[in-house]
Amino acid sequence: MDERPLSPHVTVYKWAYTMTLSILHRVSGMALFLALLALIFWLVAAAAGPEAYARAMRVLASWPVRCLVVVAILALWYHFCNGLRHLAWDMGWGFERAQARRSAVIVVVATLLASAVCVYALVRAGAGTA
Amino acid sequence: MNSRANLRSPLAGVLNQGAAHAGVHHWWVMRLTAVALAPLCVWLTVSLLILPGTGYTAVSAWVASGVNPVLLALTMLLAAWHSGLGLQAVIEDYVARPLWKTSLLVLSAFVNALLAASGVYAVLRIALRSVA
Repeated sequence: MDERPLSPHVTVYKWAYTMTLSILHRVSGMALFLALLALIFWLVAAAAGPEAYARAMRVLASWPVRCLVVVAILALWYHFCNGLRHLAWDMGWGFERAQARRSAVIVVVATLLASAVCVYALVRAGAGTA
Repeated sequence: MNSRANLRSPLAGVLNQGAAHAGVHHWWVMRLTAVALAPLCVWLTVSLLILPGTGYTAVSAWVASGVNPVLLALTMLLAAWHSGLGLQAVIEDYVARPLWKTSLLVLSAFVNALLAASGVYAVLRIALRSVA
């Protein structure tokens, strides 16, 4: 296995930011798998009854988890926006280098905007109930 | 196989038969679940953000009300399915050792199936409890 020759691939290319977006799609996808795990943990706790739910919420409302929720929101909107970009490519649209770079910028800006709105709404809701 | 068939090359056996149409299945289901999840994700995020409270009663009432249980169950199912396909692609691409690769593929498939079942079960239990 170790003796198999491997052609130089990723490292021979000059870096372009579209590459970073490409791998971030997979990274955010894996982060969303963990977010789905947390979401289902939350729902199962709610299904199990008030005591189990209260115990789960003590974990989910802790500060480390709150920070992870912000990461999950970023991952969600990134994967969402870049996923739409992938679907556009699947339709045969936007393959030109200039178009791909422009759509990359749009994805990043849209991700940051949507995430900012969500985090703002969360903080406001948290301030209201606290 | 009889002796006459052995004279034919394996290639000749498949030529002009057309595609099996199974090769694109993974790709197609990935897109299908993605297209379905896009509006569901927007709905879920907005719903969670405007939830009147995160207490047990408020959350149970939200899960059980109107079309929410159907959309939630659908979201859990499709998200677990999409996540299973995605993790499969990542494992197949980056894990080279056959034993590790196979073990992780099995683990990923099982965990995502468990997630789908747990999500749907939780939604149904909350929704049906509120009805009863």
